[in-house]
Amino acid sequence: MLETWFLFQRNLSAFWRAFRRNRMGMAGAVLLLSAVLVALFAPLLSPYEPTTVIRDPSGRGLTFAPPSVHGPLGTDDAGRDVWTQLVYGARISLLVGFLAGLIAMFIGSLLGILAGYFGGWLDMLLMRVTDVLLVIPDLPLMLVLVATLRQMELKISPLVVLILVIGLLYWTSTARLVRSQVLSIKERQFVARARAIGAGHVHIIRKHIVPQILPLIVANTVLILSTAILVESGLAFLGLGDPTQPSWGTMLNFAFDRNAISNGAWWFYLPPGLAIVWVSLGCVLLGNVLEEMLNPRLTAHHLEGEASVRPAGEETLHE
Amino acid sequence: MSEPPLLRVRHLTTEFLLADAGQRARAVEDVSFDVYPGQTVGLVGESGCGKTTVLMSILRLLPANAEIRGQVFFRGIDLLTLTERQMRERRWKDISIVFQGAMNALNPVMRVGEQIREAITLHGLMPPNEAEVRVGELLELVGIPKERGAQYPFQYSGGMRQRAMIAMALACSPGLLFADEPTTALDVMVQAQILELLQGIQRKLGLAIVLVTHDLGVVAEMCDTVVVMYSGKVVEYGPVDVIFNAPQHPYTQNLLQAFPDLARPGTVLACIPGAPPRLTDLPPGCRFAPRCPARMQWCDAEVPILREVQPAHFAACHLVKDV
Repeated sequence: MLETWFLFQRNLSAFWRAFRRNRMGMAGAVLLLSAVLVALFAPLLSPYEPTTVIRDPSGRGLTFAPPSVHGPLGTDDAGRDVWTQLVYGARISLLVGFLAGLIAMFIGSLLGILAGYFGGWLDMLLMRVTDVLLVIPDLPLMLVLVATLRQMELKISPLVVLILVIGLLYWTSTARLVRSQVLSIKERQFVARARAIGAGHVHIIRKHIVPQILPLIVANTVLILSTAILVESGLAFLGLGDPTQPSWGTMLNFAFDRNAISNGAWWFYLPPGLAIVWVSLGCVLLGNVLEEMLNPRLTAHHLEGEASVRPAGEETLHE
Repeated sequence: MSEPPLLRVRHLTTEFLLADAGQRARAVEDVSFDVYPGQTVGLVGESGCGKTTVLMSILRLLPANAEIRGQVFFRGIDLLTLTERQMRERRWKDISIVFQGAMNALNPVMRVGEQIREAITLHGLMPPNEAEVRVGELLELVGIPKERGAQYPFQYSGGMRQRAMIAMALACSPGLLFADEPTTALDVMVQAQILELLQGIQRKLGLAIVLVTHDLGVVAEMCDTVVVMYSGKVVEYGPVDVIFNAPQHPYTQNLLQAFPDLARPGTVLACIPGAPPRLTDLPPGCRFAPRCPARMQWCDAEVPILREVQPAHFAACHLVKDV
């Protein structure tokens, strides 16, 4: 286990060779990467602008038109191309997901390191805050928060509100994970040695703690990403997205609002739904594989022939 | 010994505040000893008698629940009165330490050379390119080819890791080296090599060493002065030949009898029955009394003080008469 962990930090190409052999991980990476590419090259992939209304020769909008030459995924209630909206929606969904995920990861790691390393009252305080956040049901809390922030008419885009609310609420699992890992690392003797050398806290955290938990944070971030995208979709579906910049969740919201189901317009609501599944499946597959490869706790290493790689007697030499 | 001592420990007492009901565990009580430049002092005693805690107290590396009292003069400056920042600057430059079971004292994901350089650059002793050269020199000094500094600890054998730790300990040219059971968990051959290395380095650099061990053979070979500790207190303190030839404290006598003697092969080794007392539940009188073969009535009532048996030889036992 320590081998892959170690490779990840020191030798990305070797890590990549190990990773490539894992089918699940590769599948996840492909799913996620394809979505990112679609989002990046949205203008090249769609014949229309998201707001363009497709009209028939008489000039009337083609509403709820099934997939045809005009649009590969048909049109919505206003005659706009669903494929174009889907492709541009990927930008919003992924952007919100990534940014919210990064914020959550950053806060979670920072608080986890502080709580784990310094312990004492700081740990107590941070962990009780974490407990409170863990106990409150997420969705209602976020609904209330987003709705309230909207009411306050702050001059910030609804997307930023979404990013902040998701990012500021989803760090708890990362914080706990990082804290537990830091708790075990800081008791290792090389940390005591670093103190004896005359290193301060900042040096120890930077040089000895962070490099050890970095892989864990990376794996966790990918998992948080899928949560963030799902939550964004949920909130947008409930009407809390930005209608001027529709994400996949907003598309679903539109579809339901405008009776796509009773009109039998499956091409309107299925694609965004499947796109959400596509991306979150990609994140979960990738995240789980990374976690498995990088998190020592999940591997039963006594079953593997790795004794030659682990520092001899790492756990057994205490007096 | 006209020179002033390098390290002068006086009445060092270390207590740990325990979480339950404000209880205190007195791990070290009233420990005093001197270390002169170039000298080796052995700290011996059973497991849990406070040897490592003494070292950690001097370096002030104990957890926050520890309370350290007394005086620790290093080159005349009381380390216990320094601020944390001042102390941090002095660590490794004045006193460095080779840890017990040093295999774990190296960060598994950092190159060995990098870890040795860490000590030098942290104190800003020299620019990075000079530090690089110094790391090479240090590795060569302990018998490791300097190219191997680019390797990771798992590529080293146990003995090599211990050598690397010694190289690291010398990085800032300290005046005093603490060696906390430097040979535990090494096989006998490697133990001998490490001890030889330490002696060689000491001769070459004029270093003073405080050696914590429970191997009396090592003490006899390496040390000039011996501090025998029992249950956090010094029970006997003196020059190594006096301690070995004329031990005054029954604990020291027992310890020596528990050690095989080449001159008398086949003799049954003595053992000391029982175990050291719990630190939260110490006997009222002499701490060794419950296990002592020479116990008298008042041993349970009165704490024996450290008395000078003959010049520079001290023992804390009621059987001992002052000079």
